[in-house]
Amino acid sequence: MPHDAIRALQTEKLVKQVRHVYDHVPYYRDLMDKKGVSPDDIKSIDDLCKLPFLSKADLRETYPYGMLAVPLSDCVRIQSTSGTTGKRVIAYYTQHDIDLWEECCARAIVAAGGSRDDVVQVCYGYGLFTGGSGLHGGSHKVGSLTLPMSSGNTDRQIQFMMDLKATMLCCTPSYAAYIGESLRDRGYKPEDNYLKAGIFGAEPWTEEMRRDIEKSLGIKAYDIYGLTETSGPGVAFECSEQHGMHINEDHFAVEVIDPDTGEVLPEGEKGELVFTSLDKEAFPLLRYRTRDICVLTREKCPCGRTHVRMSKPLGRSDDMLIIRGVNVFPSQIETVLINEGYAPVYRIEVDRVNNSDTLDVFVELPPDRFTDTVSGIISKEKKLGGAIRTMLGISPIVHLVPPKTIERSEGKAVRVIDKRKLHD
Amino acid sequence: MAIKQLTVFVENRRGRLAEITGMLAEHGINMNALSIADTQEFGILRLIVDDPEKAFDVLKGNGTIVQITDVVGLKLADRPGELSKALRALDGGGINLEYLYAFLSRADENAYIALRVEDNAAAERVLNAAGFETIGG
Repeated sequence: MPHDAIRALQTEKLVKQVRHVYDHVPYYRDLMDKKGVSPDDIKSIDDLCKLPFLSKADLRETYPYGMLAVPLSDCVRIQSTSGTTGKRVIAYYTQHDIDLWEECCARAIVAAGGSRDDVVQVCYGYGLFTGGSGLHGGSHKVGSLTLPMSSGNTDRQIQFMMDLKATMLCCTPSYAAYIGESLRDRGYKPEDNYLKAGIFGAEPWTEEMRRDIEKSLGIKAYDIYGLTETSGPGVAFECSEQHGMHINEDHFAVEVIDPDTGEVLPEGEKGELVFTSLDKEAFPLLRYRTRDICVLTREKCPCGRTHVRMSKPLGRSDDMLIIRGVNVFPSQIETVLINEGYAPVYRIEVDRVNNSDTLDVFVELPPDRFTDTVSGIISKEKKLGGAIRTMLGISPIVHLVPPKTIERSEGKAVRVIDKRKLHD
Repeated sequence: MAIKQLTVFVENRRGRLAEITGMLAEHGINMNALSIADTQEFGILRLIVDDPEKAFDVLKGNGTIVQITDVVGLKLADRPGELSKALRALDGGGINLEYLYAFLSRADENAYIALRVEDNAAAERVLNAAGFETIGG
């Protein structure tokens, strides 16, 4: 579809979407009223910038039903974000919304070379996480044979992969790398499996990791992007060029803004990605700030798709980390420390060892918690680690260290050291 | 009736032990016994010194995590089999040992053992009943 035709379609859909939100979501109506914008002011996609932004804080504020734009009885499913503080973000779907989402995932599968003749092994987690059900539904839409494996149990993954001749693999890039190693450990060579492509997302990964995975599995590895708030994976996906992810612009309007001023930036400039759903029913979000820093390009793609491409996320405009596919905010760790009676002075070190993320948390031991036995200290580290795991959903290694040994700069602790070098 | 042991949390860093013993030396504190339990990450230094309260103040004043722990002091004749007998007595009395270490005294020909148990009084009762002498700090 030529660019002008896409914009005409977006205009048509946006006008309706804004009206739908204004009429059914009092929270957003208030935001628009405060900004002095009425649905009548939104006449074309060019008016998008007049609308107020939404952020994750708004979604927490309105938890659990505040952003719902249809009666609950019209909804058929929820999905939820991974491990966030107390109030998770819950996204609602009508059957129409599920179809739209699965359509987006189906496009990702087709762009990676999938068809009804393929056997698609989905080893993203199923459940509240959007990865499993998104790619599962996409695979159904394509008509591929779907293996709903969910994550984990690598022996069984490999058995099904080999016995049922899986041709496409969908999981996190770190799990793909792990499967690659596991195959090698079992004596399989890259050419021994039937896989031709993989669609890997839900966590940041590098070109280097792509090459490793491609080599170890003998496949082409494609990136996919999405977030629960917008529906799930499939908002954008890579084509055969593997050079930027095409955004499904007929369902999502995208902007890149200056994270400090909120000003819309021209194409090619680095800024925060903002999405507006164009035809969602249950959980439509207008100008949702993703906090992902990206660059957009409308340069012609050799694959023939005219949808705008986004770069891999180059960083975050907040302090969120993605560790083993789970969203982690340092403030969550801080909350646990305070709850457990520790001072909120800590250092987080994130690394990637053998393509798997590690999380080390260094915490200063309060003098009154000191015990004279090694087992006493280690059990305190384990207890704190358990509390952090309950909060985040992933296990850290806790290191208790003497007071004043965690570096402070200008009175404030330097909290996060990410050694993974994902964005250089 | 117990010995006052200084327990110090030590990060695994080059020169750290020299710093701690240096602080004690500067204040004229003499060490009678030393034991260290170490892991990859940290160590727990246990000291018996001639002036535990002063040593505690010195180390604490320097921002070190330090604690005074009461341990049982056991006096043993310096000959084969004595420690084994004492430990059997403790075992027989249902006393669990957390750790122990030995030291010598210049005052006499005996050997001394610092014992860390859950209940010092119970351990002393068991040892005394078995004919062993326990000492106070």
